Amino acid sequence: MEITLQQIVFGVVALMMAVCSVLSVTTGRILRAATALLFVLFGTAGLYFMLGYTYLGAVQLSVYAGGIVVLYVFSILLTRSDKNMNRRIPRGRWFAATVAVVTGFFLTVFLLFTNGFALNTVPALVEQNPAGVGEALVGMDKYGFILPFEAISVLLLACMIGAIMIARKH
Amino acid sequence: MEIHVISYLILSTVMMFAGIYGFFTRRNLLAILISVELMLNATNINFAVFNRYLFPGVLEGHFFTLFGIAISAAETAVAIAIMINVYRNVRNIQTDDINEMKG
Amino acid sequence: MEYTILILLLPVLSFLVLALAGMKMSHRVAGLIGTLSLCAVTVVSYLTAYAYFAMPRQADGTFAQLMPYNFEWLPFTDALHIDMGILLDPISVMMLVVISTVSFMVHIYSFGYMKGERGFQRYYAFLSLFTFSMLGLVVATNIFQMYVFWELVGVSSYLLIGFYYTKPEAIAASKKAFIVTRFADLGFLIGILIYGYYMGTFTFDPAQEDLMQGALMLPWALGLMFVGGAGKSAMFPLHIWLPDAMEGPTPVSALIHAATMVVAGVYQVARLFPLYIAYAPETLHIVAYVGAFTAFYAASVACVQSDIKRVLAFSTISQIGFMMVALGVCTGMPSHEGGLGYMASMFHLFTHAMFKALLFLGAGCIIHAVHSNEMSAMGGLRKYMPVTHITFLIACLAISGIPPFSGFFSKDEILTACFAFSPVMGWVMTVIAGMTAFYMFRLYYGIFWGTENKALHAAHTPHESPLTMTFPLMVLAAVTCVAGFIPFGHFVTGDGLSYDIHLDSTVALTSCVVAVVAIALATFIYVRDRQPVADALARRFPRLHEAAYRRFYMDEAWLFVTKRIIFRMVSTPLAWFDRHVVDGFMNFLAWATNASAEEVQPMQSGRIQAYTVWFLCGIIVLTLLLML
Repeated sequence: MEITLQQIVFGVVALMMAVCSVLSVTTGRILRAATALLFVLFGTAGLYFMLGYTYLGAVQLSVYAGGIVVLYVFSILLTRSDKNMNRRIPRGRWFAATVAVVTGFFLTVFLLFTNGFALNTVPALVEQNPAGVGEALVGMDKYGFILPFEAISVLLLACMIGAIMIARKH
Repeated sequence: MEIHVISYLILSTVMMFAGIYGFFTRRNLLAILISVELMLNATNINFAVFNRYLFPGVLEGHFFTLFGIAISAAETAVAIAIMINVYRNVRNIQTDDINEMKG
Repeated sequence: MEYTILILLLPVLSFLVLALAGMKMSHRVAGLIGTLSLCAVTVVSYLTAYAYFAMPRQADGTFAQLMPYNFEWLPFTDALHIDMGILLDPISVMMLVVISTVSFMVHIYSFGYMKGERGFQRYYAFLSLFTFSMLGLVVATNIFQMYVFWELVGVSSYLLIGFYYTKPEAIAASKKAFIVTRFADLGFLIGILIYGYYMGTFTFDPAQEDLMQGALMLPWALGLMFVGGAGKSAMFPLHIWLPDAMEGPTPVSALIHAATMVVAGVYQVARLFPLYIAYAPETLHIVAYVGAFTAFYAASVACVQSDIKRVLAFSTISQIGFMMVALGVCTGMPSHEGGLGYMASMFHLFTHAMFKALLFLGAGCIIHAVHSNEMSAMGGLRKYMPVTHITFLIACLAISGIPPFSGFFSKDEILTACFAFSPVMGWVMTVIAGMTAFYMFRLYYGIFWGTENKALHAAHTPHESPLTMTFPLMVLAAVTCVAGFIPFGHFVTGDGLSYDIHLDSTVALTSCVVAVVAIALATFIYVRDRQPVADALARRFPRLHEAAYRRFYMDEAWLFVTKRIIFRMVSTPLAWFDRHVVDGFMNFLAWATNASAEEVQPMQSGRIQAYTVWFLCGIIVLTLLLML
């Protein structure tokens, strides 16, 4: 049993992501949390690349890492919320939340291991052609996604208008 | 040797529960939103992984992930708009302090 | 006979108009509305009576029972249903005439008597309500309709006794009347329920086979109903409310507590008379004994009372006792002569209503003139109030049984029936008749003879009442003079067959002599200012006098029974049980709900994060459950 390069890369990325995601919910500084989130998003994009979904990885990078995190940083700076990050929730609730989370985590992991994924179903690495993705996205045949695509477009439009309406000065 | 599917799933589980933990314990709206993003990403990874490992011939999971990203972008935009609005009104985005609209 | 519905409709309409819009009207308009509607009712009643008795008799010689209206009101089973309707038969038609006449007279009289009173419109509204209820009672087609109107009568009586609601005595009296009669009506209701259960019907003539089956229970049912009747008719020992009811306006006393409502019990017994005579003769005899004792008791109390309305009240009780006795002494064998008492009772009801209303209205004139109920404030009034004096005298002669006034004829029939039943009963009733004559003339002399109370009259000379008040007196006096000659036996008899009233010369002579002796005795004792004999008697038997004056302590006895025994032995433990066990249980429920709500309520914090924690916990539990 030898360790391939891919496994090493995955191990590093996964470790970084796990650490950063824990960090992003435990750190006392909001900006650090946002930065940790950024690294998680980068790692997610890396995972997509490793899975062969290059288009998805690109979208993840541009929309999430490029767009959303910038929005976060902006709003963090706009709302000066850093100073009251240190306020803690009551101890009892924190305890309950932690217990629930830990239990849930181990339960899920237990289920994962007992659920038949043990089979080695890893396919060969196939590069997903972005042109195929585009065709499927606007395709109207059996594996076409034109309807969800349109729905999501309308949703995005509505959200944009909504966001502007909400945030604008009265 | 390839990377086992379970590795991805455990990673996404870690992210998911980290997000849940953050959602439970954070009191800052932005931090809560960050936790939500973590959870969303965890599910997105799951979609992609299942698509790739179980049904490699089709693109459902792939597109679900894509739509998930789009939805989270929309959600973030609206949430941040609301947050800024709230901040403008109460000079605060702590969940405990925003209770004027409580029934 | 469809127009008979007007008899019920007009008073109820008049009540509604007066009750809803009365306060907006002037006194005159309100009074006119009430009086005119009653005038119309009287006319319709007379028409009904004329039309009814002008009908040819049936083949068996009786008058037909008519039901112009009878609709189903509350169906329980096919056989058992409560109807509302109008029943016309000799006694109900006779009662229609009595009630509408007296009520009409009282309406006219009240114009003068209640003039300027506060609540004049309310008074007329209540009078209309009462008239409606009483008329509905007598035309009831079944026992339950009778009960409904019976209670309505009780309510309107309560309202009218408590008319002067600012007077504590009036309030107490109205409450007393309501509670006592209501208490008695409980018996009535239970009787009705037993009757309905065993007879399968509420009508007055159940099917023959039901009667056979339920014959054992029928005496009990009738006895319980008689308890209700005894309450309403002020039979001993439920009579205690009637003397106090005199706190109401005097015309009300005349209408309700002398002429109409108090004879409801007599009417009830008469209505159920065929059942009594055939299936419960023993119960009927109980009625007779209760009536006789009441008559004696009330007569003896009436001899010493000083409040003129109280004297009249006890005289009413005594006379109703006479009617009950007359009903009670009937026997089934032979059916025709044995039913003499029934006829006599109804006859006496009729004549008594007229002359007792006359007495009360006359008393009202007197009270109006001297502003007092006490005999000590009166005396020598005959000069000032000639019309009242003459009419009052006529009524006194009538009630004493002096021919040719109406009371003589009806009382004579009663006494004849009593002698036919048993000589003892006959003699007892004759003696009571003599006592009646005695106390009535004691009253008469006390009011109209003797010296006037100068001190009282100095400020205010008594005067004759206005025409609105004296006119009814004259009408009623005229009726009292001639009513005895009505061939009553042709209209109302126990078995429905025509009966010729013939005076039993022995009985008539005896009762006349007794009455004359009693009047002479009263004249001897009371006609002069000073009453040495009366005072000497009172001194000789101070205990007896005091006891009679205090009505033989019946009120105290009731108070003892209710306060000491019922309240202390039954009500107090019940109240304790109610307060501590029943309420305690309820309070515990409330407390437990409250406490659990207090526990649960913080969970509803509005913190979405807390909710999601629970949400996750729920998911975990569900997952674990699924795994098991």
